[in-house]
Amino acid sequence: MIAEYGHIALIVALCLSVAQAIVPMAGSFAGYRTWMRLGHSLALGQLVFVAISFACLTAAFVQDDFSLQYVANNSNTLLPTQFKVSAVWGAHEGSLLLWALILAVWSAAVAMFSGHLPLVLSSRVLSILGAISVGFGLFILLTSNPFARILPFSPTEGGDLNPLLQDFGLIVHPPMLYMGYVGFSVAFAFAVAALIGGQFDSAWARWARPWINSAWVFLTIGITLGSWWAYYELGWGGWWFWDPVENASLMPWLVGTALVHSISVTEKRGAFRSWTLLLAILAFSLSLLGTFLVRSGVLTSVHAFANDPERGIFILAFLGLVVGSSLLLFALRGPVVQRQKGDAEVVSYSGLSREMMLLLNNVLLVSAMAMILIGTLYPLIADVLDLGKISVGPPYFNFFFVPMALGLMVAMGFAVFSRWKKTDAQMLRQKGMLPFLISLTAALILPLFLAESMSWETYSITAAITLGASFWVVTMSLEDLWQKLDRGSSKAGSRLTNMTKLPGSYWGMQVAHIGIAVCALGVGLSSVYDVQKDVRMVPGDRAEVAGYEFTFDSLDFVQGPNYGASRGQISAYKNDRLVAVLHPEKRKYEARNQVMTEAALDAGLTRDLYVSLGEPLKDDAWAIRLHVKPFVRCIWLGGLMIGLGGLLSVMDKRYRRRQPGALSKAQSAAQSGATALEVGAQ
Amino acid sequence: MNRLTLFIPFALCLALGAFLFFSLGKDPLDLPSALVGEPFPEFSLEELHEPERQVSTDDFDSQVLLVNVWATWCFACRIEHPWLNSLAKDGVVIVGLNYKDHRKLAQDWLQERGDPYQFSIFDPRGVLGIDLGVYGAPETYLVDAEGIVRHRRVGVVDERVWNEEFRDLYQQLVDEANAE
Amino acid sequence: MQSNVWPSLGLLKQVGLFLLFSSAAMAVEDVVSFSDESLRPRYQQLLEELRCPKCQNQNLADSNSAISQDLRAEVQRLLEQDLTDAEIKDYLKNRYSEFILYRPEVNRATWFLWAAPVVLVVLGGLIVLRLSRRKKLGDSQETDIPVRSADQQQRLDKLLNSPKQGSE
Repeated sequence: MIAEYGHIALIVALCLSVAQAIVPMAGSFAGYRTWMRLGHSLALGQLVFVAISFACLTAAFVQDDFSLQYVANNSNTLLPTQFKVSAVWGAHEGSLLLWALILAVWSAAVAMFSGHLPLVLSSRVLSILGAISVGFGLFILLTSNPFARILPFSPTEGGDLNPLLQDFGLIVHPPMLYMGYVGFSVAFAFAVAALIGGQFDSAWARWARPWINSAWVFLTIGITLGSWWAYYELGWGGWWFWDPVENASLMPWLVGTALVHSISVTEKRGAFRSWTLLLAILAFSLSLLGTFLVRSGVLTSVHAFANDPERGIFILAFLGLVVGSSLLLFALRGPVVQRQKGDAEVVSYSGLSREMMLLLNNVLLVSAMAMILIGTLYPLIADVLDLGKISVGPPYFNFFFVPMALGLMVAMGFAVFSRWKKTDAQMLRQKGMLPFLISLTAALILPLFLAESMSWETYSITAAITLGASFWVVTMSLEDLWQKLDRGSSKAGSRLTNMTKLPGSYWGMQVAHIGIAVCALGVGLSSVYDVQKDVRMVPGDRAEVAGYEFTFDSLDFVQGPNYGASRGQISAYKNDRLVAVLHPEKRKYEARNQVMTEAALDAGLTRDLYVSLGEPLKDDAWAIRLHVKPFVRCIWLGGLMIGLGGLLSVMDKRYRRRQPGALSKAQSAAQSGATALEVGAQ
Repeated sequence: MNRLTLFIPFALCLALGAFLFFSLGKDPLDLPSALVGEPFPEFSLEELHEPERQVSTDDFDSQVLLVNVWATWCFACRIEHPWLNSLAKDGVVIVGLNYKDHRKLAQDWLQERGDPYQFSIFDPRGVLGIDLGVYGAPETYLVDAEGIVRHRRVGVVDERVWNEEFRDLYQQLVDEANAE
Repeated sequence: MQSNVWPSLGLLKQVGLFLLFSSAAMAVEDVVSFSDESLRPRYQQLLEELRCPKCQNQNLADSNSAISQDLRAEVQRLLEQDLTDAEIKDYLKNRYSEFILYRPEVNRATWFLWAAPVVLVVLGGLIVLRLSRRKKLGDSQETDIPVRSADQQQRLDKLLNSPKQGSE
């Protein structure tokens, strides 16, 4: 019965979203304030009903209602409860319901926090969000209904959740990721609303910015969690594979990052307007494209949900409609938003200005995204054009991405110091000298100490470049911070007070940029200095890897809630001191008869020890994989820092100030000018 | 941005949409054989039932034939086997390639389900398999009278697949061979 | 020789285990052994660049399928036979088609794939350069006051030139 309630709630939500898509938008053209305001209540109502639907599905899982096809396919009576809950979004139908729920959450948030926006704008934004909800609602109800029943003979036991998904990672990664993906729909809605209304100025940018930043923060953390989860879960120590599904999350992130930077130019200087709108449309389009790629079966991936061309057609049609119509709107209405009557005709900025730096940033980020898009889709394109079945994998992506990322980092160092309109090249040279020297020294010297043996033979150019670039970003950022703190008087205490005067968005920028440096450091150093050995061991054996000694103490058989496992105990020693005791497992999940490798980790800031059981060999021996991975944790630490930086920016007081009613152009212009001065022409 | 450049994103979107549309329904893992148009790889392996007998491409005897990769551990092979039996009865020459299997188990398997093969190549280590580009069972190769591979199917060959992919080509090759 | 490190054992046990370990330390062998250790990094590299033909997007290094195990052994065999990396890739490509290469070859079918990113970056760079040069030219005339439209200029002139009113 609960499933029926859930089903009905979903249908009600669909009806509400249809109303939400039509009424406020119509009202905004006709000028009916009641219609426009209806959008807010409809969005909240939609959230209530989608939440009810989601709760019913969760209840079905927790209660082991195997009469539902979806529950029967993805759950099991022996599955621990927390995984029963996360199994709700473990496969196609449920994950779509999660999408719909999160879309409803964002819509409701817009409804609740848009009091200071002009009603015309907020009603249109909500209508557009409503239209997207309609698309997803229809998709779920027509092709992917999680409430579909198996009748009359329902199974008494379920097929179990894929063992790889029975993990903490499934509890956090998809919700966080979807918050990001779906969050960009708000940016999209703002952009389309601006194009419809033809009103687009710094005020729009100021209103849209917190929404864009928060979606970006979620996506950043979502991707970081995904990479971390793959690392410890998949059993062989990799953390990024340029798999189509992974790329599907990175592409919106790259565009989102470009957007976060581009909109700052739009807000502060009124430039890059059409470009910012385009990016906002593009970010969400890529989210939708990702949804298509992952569920239509056109690309192979370990992460792929469903291989169903029929569903693929629906998503493709939806994708075409949403993206196609918004890009057409962009092409037709673009000129209207580019220039406003009475505005300054030319926004000028010089060669080394912050505007130029951010333009460079955007060029590199969008090129990287395009490269990834081409690489991911090329097998598909080649197949359609009958050019054969071609594979495009990590060698291709790394070949292009690494230099692009390095270019970004070099530019980042300069950009932190740049000023709006014009940067003094002389000052840049002067201030940049010390950071440059420090980075150069780090690049030349440090690789000598990081290799196992100190010698020129093991000197790694890659490590040197990574260190140089990371140090460059950090030192330039700190140099800028120092300079800002020093402003005013030279009294000792004033530095601290100056710290409090710096706005949240400045700290956000610093933390995020340093986060990139940390992440890059982790990526570069762990790739270069990773040591791996696959050895044959019996209990009692000892092996040496990168200065650590691993002893294979014992092998036992243990029983888990829904699996049986061979569990090894391996102790790690460094310089004769016990450093860690690790328990890698080889699990067999009974329900699916599936074998899974559960690696054992000893995490540390400077290195991870990673051990996994390979295959059992003759004479009680096992193939054991021993890894020492230096600095790999910095990757996710950096990722979290980037997210934190974004969060600090969102919390900047400027965006939390409530503005009464609709601002007049003069008022908003004055405020933009004031804030530009306030942050001291950063 | 001038007026026309604004349309570029839309145009790209249409192009991409077209590609995605045509890619639906294509199986990304349906690999073409690298050997189509190439001679069947040379090999010298034992026959399944007669270990003393070494077989090679010479034993193909300039016939148009199918080479069917099968194994006892392959479930799908059981599904396609009846159709292979029926093809053999109709005079289609089929050579078996017993892939990564145990001799005794394989012999018993054929005893139980019928043996449509003129002879079966015993490839326990998968050496010929690698030369052929085999990556799973069942697979079926169509070889012409000159020993050139003409078509490969990965997966079950049942009546429908035979009619769609093999029958006409097989007939054509047989006619060409007979004409000589 | 290193002494035993477990603090909780008695002396006899320590000596016994010491003897056991000192011989066992020599006995741990790699699962995959090479006649020449310099082949190993090439082996690892190749496994990462070759795709498992039947898996859902995994390389030979990470996959546990039967065909991957066979192909790993094959790569090892070919390395021992002194083939170069290119020759090994060719060998496998001739049997499994170009699908098995994660680094696509550069040929008529893939020229777009390899050229596009380069073209994009160059194009982007040119745009940045053009904009920065244009702005640089405008630099010398630049003031902090935005350029006004004719309309605005007229109104401003009128305001500036009109006789001063008393404070109102």
